[in-house]
Amino acid sequence: MEIDPVTLAILKGRFEQIADEMDATLFRSAFNPIIAEAHDASHGLYDADTGDTLVQGKSGLPIFVGVMAFAVKAVIRKAATQGGVNEGDVWIFNDPYDGGTHLSDFRLVKPVFREGEVFCYLASVGHWHDVGGNVPGNYNPAATECFQEGMLIPPVKLYDKGEFRQDIVDILSANSRQPISLYGDLNGQINAMDLGEKRLNALLDEYSVPTARKALVALKARAATMMRAQISDLPSGTISAEDWLDNDGIDDVPLKIALDMTIEGDKMILDFTRSSPSCQGPVNISRATTIAACYVALKHIFGDVPANAGVLEPVEFRIDEDSLLSVKAPKPVGGYTETILRLIDVVFQAMAQVAPKSAMACAYGTINALSLAGHRANGARWVMFSFFGGGHGAHGAGDGLNHGNAPISTATIPPLEILESAYPVRFTKWALRPDSGGAGLYRGGLGAIYEISLLEKEADVFLFGERGKVPPRGVVGGGDASTNKFFYEQADGEHTPPMVSKMVGIHIENGQHVRLETPGGGGYGDALLRDPEIVRADVIEGYVSAEKAREAYGVVILPDGSVDDGATTALRRERAA
Amino acid sequence: MSGNIVIGVDVGGTFTDVFVYNEATGQVETTKVPSTRGDQSKGFIEGIRRKVADFGDIRTVVHGTTVGTNALLERKGARTGIITTEGFRDVLEMRRRDRPTTWGLRGSFDPIVDRPDRVEVEERVLADGTVLQDVDPEAVKAQARALAEAGCEAVCVFFINGYANDENERIAVEAVRSVWPTAYVTAATEILPEIREFERLSTATLNAYLQPVVSSYLDRLEQGLDKKGFHGELLIVQSNGGVMGVGTAKDFPVRTALSGPAAGVIAAQAIAEAAGFSNIVTCDMGGTSFDVSLVAEGAAALAPQTSIDFGMVVRTPMIEITTIGAGGGSIASLDASGLLTVGPESAGSDPGPVCYGLGNKRPTVTDANLILGRINPDRPIGGKLDRLDIDTAREAIRTNVSDPLGLTVEEAAEAILRLANAKMAGAIRLVSIEKGHDPSKFAAMPFGGGGSLHTGALIKEVGLGSALVPRFPGVTSALGCVVADMRHDRVQTVNRLLSDIDAAALGSELQSVARTTEAVVTSAGAAFARIDRVFEFDMLYIGQTHTVAVAVDPTVGLTTHAIQEAFNTAYSAAYGRLLDGIPVRVMNYRVTVIGRRPAFDMGVFAPKDGKSADECRTGSRTVWAEGAFHEAGLFDRLSLAVGERIAGPAVLEQPDTTIFVDPGLVATVDGFGNLVIRPEA
Repeated sequence: MEIDPVTLAILKGRFEQIADEMDATLFRSAFNPIIAEAHDASHGLYDADTGDTLVQGKSGLPIFVGVMAFAVKAVIRKAATQGGVNEGDVWIFNDPYDGGTHLSDFRLVKPVFREGEVFCYLASVGHWHDVGGNVPGNYNPAATECFQEGMLIPPVKLYDKGEFRQDIVDILSANSRQPISLYGDLNGQINAMDLGEKRLNALLDEYSVPTARKALVALKARAATMMRAQISDLPSGTISAEDWLDNDGIDDVPLKIALDMTIEGDKMILDFTRSSPSCQGPVNISRATTIAACYVALKHIFGDVPANAGVLEPVEFRIDEDSLLSVKAPKPVGGYTETILRLIDVVFQAMAQVAPKSAMACAYGTINALSLAGHRANGARWVMFSFFGGGHGAHGAGDGLNHGNAPISTATIPPLEILESAYPVRFTKWALRPDSGGAGLYRGGLGAIYEISLLEKEADVFLFGERGKVPPRGVVGGGDASTNKFFYEQADGEHTPPMVSKMVGIHIENGQHVRLETPGGGGYGDALLRDPEIVRADVIEGYVSAEKAREAYGVVILPDGSVDDGATTALRRERAA
Repeated sequence: MSGNIVIGVDVGGTFTDVFVYNEATGQVETTKVPSTRGDQSKGFIEGIRRKVADFGDIRTVVHGTTVGTNALLERKGARTGIITTEGFRDVLEMRRRDRPTTWGLRGSFDPIVDRPDRVEVEERVLADGTVLQDVDPEAVKAQARALAEAGCEAVCVFFINGYANDENERIAVEAVRSVWPTAYVTAATEILPEIREFERLSTATLNAYLQPVVSSYLDRLEQGLDKKGFHGELLIVQSNGGVMGVGTAKDFPVRTALSGPAAGVIAAQAIAEAAGFSNIVTCDMGGTSFDVSLVAEGAAALAPQTSIDFGMVVRTPMIEITTIGAGGGSIASLDASGLLTVGPESAGSDPGPVCYGLGNKRPTVTDANLILGRINPDRPIGGKLDRLDIDTAREAIRTNVSDPLGLTVEEAAEAILRLANAKMAGAIRLVSIEKGHDPSKFAAMPFGGGGSLHTGALIKEVGLGSALVPRFPGVTSALGCVVADMRHDRVQTVNRLLSDIDAAALGSELQSVARTTEAVVTSAGAAFARIDRVFEFDMLYIGQTHTVAVAVDPTVGLTTHAIQEAFNTAYSAAYGRLLDGIPVRVMNYRVTVIGRRPAFDMGVFAPKDGKSADECRTGSRTVWAEGAFHEAGLFDRLSLAVGERIAGPAVLEQPDTTIFVDPGLVATVDGFGNLVIRPEA
């Protein structure tokens, strides 16, 4: 018998609440700020047989919404070789080739038993502070094997039939530069799973196992229905989009991400087989990560799509084995963020061709992981590490957001006053970057300029960035944004890195500076159709220069700040011709 | 000080609530008049005039205001300029690199100060307080003159690292004041001398932006009261739940950002305390939203900051209020997969629910309550409408929900309520869990007009122990004004290792700050039962980013050892395990001075000459609950005597709210006139 619609609607909220409460528990008790502040973690409920996502929390990191099912599937596979899971087991691992993303993300998976069988799995993922490897914090732009990025733990039991295995924790702790933080985060994740199990059991007591099971089946079917309805609204046919990574940090050769998207009625095929093969440097990603990134892109476009495996039911993925987008161990994956940002960009570009109204242009497209490191006069080592922001793409209803965070994350940037108080640096500029947004009927959001001067005697600078060669693209006829730029000052003046936005160990001295000029977002629609008065307002605000107003928008601004209507009309007519 | 009357006035969007307390006779009276948009002071004075013949009899007027909140939300503050350090004019616009919503990159942000009105001067202070470059007052004056000529009415001076050393900022502010045409000059470190540039600048800029609006409103209010012969004290409720003098409010208008809702929580806290409840969840249900706030162990939870809107950050201690999109006007609809959803889309109060007959055709939570018999169609709350259109509401639920789902209209309406209740229950659970509390130890306290229809369901849904419905839920905020204490908060960033701190000197500094703060508190001339001083450090292990609040007592002589011990106690209470051997840092100190106002006797609400439940029964109505029709008794709530007991299903009516007692619950009148609702024993 089918479940009644009212119970279904209520159970949907109750299931989501369990995942949300697990998120809240970990955020509150985690030790490391990457989880506590940046919410680089996620929780959910997963199918007892397939590991498919049933329900996932709303407050975790967006990229995990698509990737967690693969972690549960990996545990189910591993457990099958040992006769299956037992009541009281909790599995732990960080293998990115099986479970997606990178080594810093530790996953816990726990079966919940009812009446002797698995009702579903609960899972928790959190980004730990340090998991070993060559570089503190595990962001190693020069890695050519995962062994240089950190320890790799396959699915093993943290609890065996309810018995806690301290030996596993001892192994993990011995391989981290931050064992206390690791222990605190691990405990937070265990707390979250315990709470989830308690809440789930209460729900099952109240509504019965068969009713809850029916609800989960129905919710998955409805998610698939919803996605099919969204896809059916798109015109059938095949659309292609290509975009590029600058290089892998080892060879200065651009890497292609190509998407051929086919819509057939209510089915969608995402074919990435024309993309580059795997590379030496750390911008490879696993198949699980690729699928998760597409999910993130689709959820940004469609909005109300639930976090449930049903969403991907009507979507077929074609990804070559051992390619850039489906890599095998031990090829490095530490820089996975750059590749998934580019994947999101190609999905945005393809969707813009079939559904221009709901389209968004590409966002700035790089996390720009920048670190400065050195020793203080007293010998103490310091490392300043942060990600930097850029502009969001324009969209069918307005201009892009200035200085936003990356589509895969909701993390905020630390206050510059905190950075200056903790490290021997002085910011000399923290400003919007004029003209960095793509031109269009709607303008892309602006990127930023961050200039940092060294107060200590000397320091080494590391940068992991992208979008140095190919700018974030506009859509529906909108212009591209500016590329990412990085400058470092030495005695003989300013330089730029040979790999454009990636560099290891740049030496700078007291008073010398580095400057990051981040990309804006792409534009939307024809810039020649933007109201000249709005272009004028942009010039007055300083978002757009008078030169760019003329060159990209065909709007002539007079020295007194007003629009030269006659010259503008003539220039726009000439451009349109 | 003359007169015996204390008055609380809460000005809301629709109504101005007035609460009159005669200290000599112990008598209380309430009244409600329409708010006067444009100039709220008119409705304010009119409301008092209805109840008080001679304004000379009034000792104190305490006011919860939404003038500041509305100016922020509607962006109707003054044109404001910012003078800042070279290289940093975009701090306000760059925020903390966030976005309005997690999903969909379609958000935008329009800073309240346009870019050309944000100007820079050469100067620089380093993080350790060293002045790297002096500021030139003449250069500052030139920038200030240019801003004033461009049309700015208010200005904020904000320098990087001003929290560590405000020397340059003070010189600049003095220079600005010497040429600025109005009194509206805000110094960022006077508002918030705390590390974190965006939060400090945003708070200070909003203060500048509000100053002309709030000051002129308070001026009009003072003049209006004066004209009526008032010569008592006028106090304003702050977002932290304390009150301040009107002069302080003009200097720190940003502290009124959540003045209105804070007053409600304070009243709830006082009512609950008198009634013997130390753990409550306040539930304020409006047209579009449901606001939840937690009072644990008798203390309202305070949040260090809040966002009034995306990127509009105010960092001053505020009563923590969590809002979800489930109000009386929340719309019920089916999503693309045919699943029933309620909210966050809302019909608000205009056009409002279908039954208002003002043009909305999509069913809302209020429509569901009406159809199920929980609201009296002939006596709508609020008095704006004469009657509610039950037939059209039925029709809307039939076409939009019951027909597509194959349910009867009653079943569909109950489904809408169950979903709305489930959302509210979820908010309560999440708020209590985030604070580490067990929701079953809490009682729900509804205030505002709509909440009392849903509290019974919340008891069942969340497993709350009980619900406490105050005697006048509709005027709770006005009562809160009368009972709130006077309070002033100060913060200063220290940002030093504990081992580097001269504890004795810091202790003297804290005491000296407490003395100047107390002068602010006492300057308004209010009478206090006593004055409390609270001293806290925000501390953390080096390497961490989240601080813990550590209570210290400088009056007994502060030592490094005592601070470390206090930190250990606070940290283990928050996280369980101490990290031995890791040095600790003092990030900020906080000094709070609280002037405790004379206790208000909640016994005044006890019904006098109350009647038995039978005598208060005014009739009966068919209600639908838990899948069946019931004949529910209707009662005149305010006439019920202390100790009277009514078993659900029952509907209790009073002018400002309607209370639904679900089947299986029992309502009892306590000694303070509250209705305590509990599961039937």
